[in-house]
Amino acid sequence: MAKIHITLKLFATLAPYLPENADHFQITDGTTVQALITDLQLPPDAVKLIFVNGRKHETTYVLKPGDRLGLFPPVGGG
Amino acid sequence: MTIGPERYDRNFDTLTRDQQATLNASRVAVLGLGGLGGGVSEMLARTGVGHLTLIDGDVFEPSNLNRQLFCTEAVLGISKALAAEKRIRAVNSQVSVTAVHQYADDDTLYDLIKDCDLVVDCLDSIPARFMLEHAAKKAQIPLVAGAIAGVTGQVTVIFPQDKGYELIYGKKEHLPAKGIESRTGNISYCALMISALQASECIKVLLDRGDILRNTLLIMELWSNSFEVMDLI
Repeated sequence: MAKIHITLKLFATLAPYLPENADHFQITDGTTVQALITDLQLPPDAVKLIFVNGRKHETTYVLKPGDRLGLFPPVGGG
Repeated sequence: MTIGPERYDRNFDTLTRDQQATLNASRVAVLGLGGLGGGVSEMLARTGVGHLTLIDGDVFEPSNLNRQLFCTEAVLGISKALAAEKRIRAVNSQVSVTAVHQYADDDTLYDLIKDCDLVVDCLDSIPARFMLEHAAKKAQIPLVAGAIAGVTGQVTVIFPQDKGYELIYGKKEHLPAKGIESRTGNISYCALMISALQASECIKVLLDRGDILRNTLLIMELWSNSFEVMDLI
C-alpha cells in the first residue's frame, strides 16, 4: 500500500503518545482515524474530539495526504 | 471618594456609550463560582454588566486557593456565592448582584436563569453542563461555555437552536462525570485565561458584535502555546 504523510497533534494528556516526526507522520494510504488511534496505543475513551484541517470529524474518517489531524481529550473542569 | 462616570472611562472608545448602556441593562447568570466563575463574574462586573446572578452551592476549601479568584484564606468554609457577592459589591457597587447559595438542579435551574439575557457555564461536571444547556434552551437564551483541565481549556457559545454540547461531549446518555481534569487538576493562569475568553464572548453576545464562537470551539493548550478555533459542524 502507498504511504502518505499527515501532520499529527495530540493535546493535553494525549501529548505523551505523540510519535516522532509528528509534523510529517507517515501512514498507509486508506488509514482511518480509528486505526491510527489504535496504532498509537491511545487509552480507550482518551480521545473525545477529532479535528481534521480545523473541522470536527468522526473516527471513520479516512486520512488524506497533508491532513492536519488533532486529537483532543474530554475537558470538563471549572 | 465619589466615583461618578469616571468608572468606565477606560472602556471608551473600545465600547461606545450606547454599548456601555446596553451592558448596564444586561442580566447575566453565572453557574459555578470556582476557577472560571470567579474570573468571569469579576470581569463582567468591571466591564459594566449591570445585573449578575451568581449561583453555587459550594463553600471555599483550601484546595481552591491555587486558582479561584474569590477564594482567600479569610473565606475558607464560606459560601462561594456569598463571597462572590461581597467581592463584586466591593468592585462595583452599581452592579445589582443576586447571590444564590444552592446547587442548581433540574427543578430550580430554569427559574433561576429565565429572566437573564445570557448564562455562563463555569461548572465542573459534564452532566451538570448538559442540565444547564437544557435550561438555557428552555429559557431561549445563549450559553457561554468554558472548561479547563491542567493548562488546557476550551470555549464555545451555544444558542438555543444549536446542537451544542452534544457536538463536544457526545450523547448525554454516555457521559463521564469528569474529563481529564480529574487527573490534571487545574492551574490558575489557565482558569483565568479561559474565564477571560468567556467574558469576552459574553460581551460580544450581549452587544451582538464581533466574531462569536458559535458552532466552533476555541481550544487552548499552554505548554505548546496552541490557540485554535475548530469548526464543530
